[in-house]
Amino acid sequence: MDFRPLFKPETIAVAGVSLSNEGHPANVIYNKIHLRYPVKVYPVNPKGGSFKRDRVYRSVEEIPGPVDLAVIAVRADLVPEILAQCIRRKVGAAVIISGGFAEVGRSDLQDRITAMARAAEFPFIGPNCLGIYAPGQFDTFFLPGERLVRPNPGHVGFVSQSGGVLVDQMVKFTQQGLGLSLAVSIGNKALIRELDLLRHLAEDPETRVIAFYVEGFGRNEGRAFVELAAAIPKPVVVLKAGKTTEGSRAVSSHTASLAGDYRVFSDVLAQHGIVEARSEFELTCFCESLSHYPRGIDGNVGIITVSGGHGAIASDICADLGLRVPRMPEAVKAELRAGLSANIRDIASLENPIDLTGSAVDEDFLAALNVLSHAAEIDSVLLLLLPYSPGISSDLGARLSYVHQQNGKPLVAYVPHVEKYRILIEGFELNRVPVASSIDGAAYMVEAMRRCRPC
Amino acid sequence: MLSPEFEKIVAEARPRGWVMEPDALRLLGLAGVPVPRFAWARSRAEALEAAARIGYPVVAKVVSPQILHKSDVDGVRPGIADGEALATAFERFSRLPGFEGAVVAEMLSGRELIVGAKHDFQFGPVILIGIGGIAVEVYQDTATRMAPLKPSDVHSMLACLRGRRLLTGHRGLAAVNLVKLTEMALKFSELVMALGDRIDSIDLNPVFCSPEGCMVADARIVLGS
Repeated sequence: MDFRPLFKPETIAVAGVSLSNEGHPANVIYNKIHLRYPVKVYPVNPKGGSFKRDRVYRSVEEIPGPVDLAVIAVRADLVPEILAQCIRRKVGAAVIISGGFAEVGRSDLQDRITAMARAAEFPFIGPNCLGIYAPGQFDTFFLPGERLVRPNPGHVGFVSQSGGVLVDQMVKFTQQGLGLSLAVSIGNKALIRELDLLRHLAEDPETRVIAFYVEGFGRNEGRAFVELAAAIPKPVVVLKAGKTTEGSRAVSSHTASLAGDYRVFSDVLAQHGIVEARSEFELTCFCESLSHYPRGIDGNVGIITVSGGHGAIASDICADLGLRVPRMPEAVKAELRAGLSANIRDIASLENPIDLTGSAVDEDFLAALNVLSHAAEIDSVLLLLLPYSPGISSDLGARLSYVHQQNGKPLVAYVPHVEKYRILIEGFELNRVPVASSIDGAAYMVEAMRRCRPC
Repeated sequence: MLSPEFEKIVAEARPRGWVMEPDALRLLGLAGVPVPRFAWARSRAEALEAAARIGYPVVAKVVSPQILHKSDVDGVRPGIADGEALATAFERFSRLPGFEGAVVAEMLSGRELIVGAKHDFQFGPVILIGIGGIAVEVYQDTATRMAPLKPSDVHSMLACLRGRRLLTGHRGLAAVNLVKLTEMALKFSELVMALGDRIDSIDLNPVFCSPEGCMVADARIVLGS
């Protein structure tokens, strides 16, 4: 199946636009595409007439010229007829927003539209979904634009079984400054499922990280999913819900009891180097980190701080996660000491965490990062940058990023996210170093790379 | 890859839904998974004869199509030192529901592991390794991987266990033979792949592991519906 009309349409028909109910989902979708996106859109309603001075087409078949995508938001029992029109009319694809299918026991209706589409090799998303959010191109969410938090174009492709989780995750991504290449709410996933979109996003040049919210796979579908995910070079992150629903059936063996659905899911993901996120927060941190650093590491962290307390907290979080904070050998310590300014040389702590103290200036950070970038004992650097320390200039984010770029060892920074530190944060982010708004967020960003390696 | 003898055991067990222990041990033996010397004794005389052949001490375990969990009904007697004790155990077993004899097997020792398999709805055949024995569900110290296993999967499973030091040597406890354990797990994985969705789940619990090797002391094979 050709997914291009689905994700890169130039013309869209919206079926179900109401002439009397401005709040109808189809009207919301029509309005936003019509007013805000660089796409030609046609309203469709069997009554015809005109809507906002545009002609309303009685059927998809009346529309002149090619139609790439149909967005269908009509009553469930009317969907098969609209779908048949789309197929006859050679529309490229559809998003079926309408509910009233398998989720309310109407599997028969869902099977009917799925069989029609499969026979015609006609791709559709849904039913019972929000559909597609393609930043800057178009979206099919029936939520008014002013109510949504809309991430910028970026490099995370996100596929969600739940529309609600997807919209909420868009808020979290935006807060983290993380952009989307494509987001898809797949609803009942009658035809196009996780595996199809994994394959699509693997080939999509804009997508660097592929993230999923999954409630469950079909029979043996999980096997195909992990095998494909392990074979593609892009990191795959999965947030699984329904961790605690096991034990509902009587089990006759210890193995069946111990290897419950979630345990198997979690272990099999790790086996294949698929990054399991256990919360929305982890999902956001992991996507941010892996969109910069797509390769796995062993997880030996060097920590640079100006506060002993921050170093200790970060070490504890790292240890809890299973990351190591190895001691630095004498040779590395000597090199570190030699690079520091005279007034902190004797008071800085050069064990790992490396505490440069509140008297450190920009050059001390640059020297310490430079040494750690070459130290073989560590494969990642976690930098705790506290801008209230007076020796830190507003250029430090950018300058540290340049040191990082010299040798590429993954660097993540924690900077408190308040407006007056914005210039430091952007100094990192615009130079492609991820910045967390909390110490644990920064530790999760390192952990993401460790989970990326098959266990 | 399954031999006719193998198919016969599975076919016979199908109406019951699970394979009784002596058949399960035979099946594992055919697949190259190490099992102890054992006999399925239908009478006291057969039990005594088997024990004499195997050599005391032996373990005796009830065989009954009605008893899936033998420990729950006191159907396992380890460390039987002589014929008198064996005769007593056999008498006791004979009063249990559905009694069809007893397994008489050599006594094993070592660290107790569980090696299991399950046909998972989402992922197909998966294999579990963990700290075994009666308290297996108390400790819940296990790791699971999708089958077929690679040697590196077995290593990472063992590394994931909280109790891994019980296997790699701890305070005077010698390390178990990790090479033999890996071999056993890989043989088991081949068997599980060959059985496919004909099984619901398999427990090998306990598997006794020592510096010399690993051997399955008890096996329960539950067939798929």
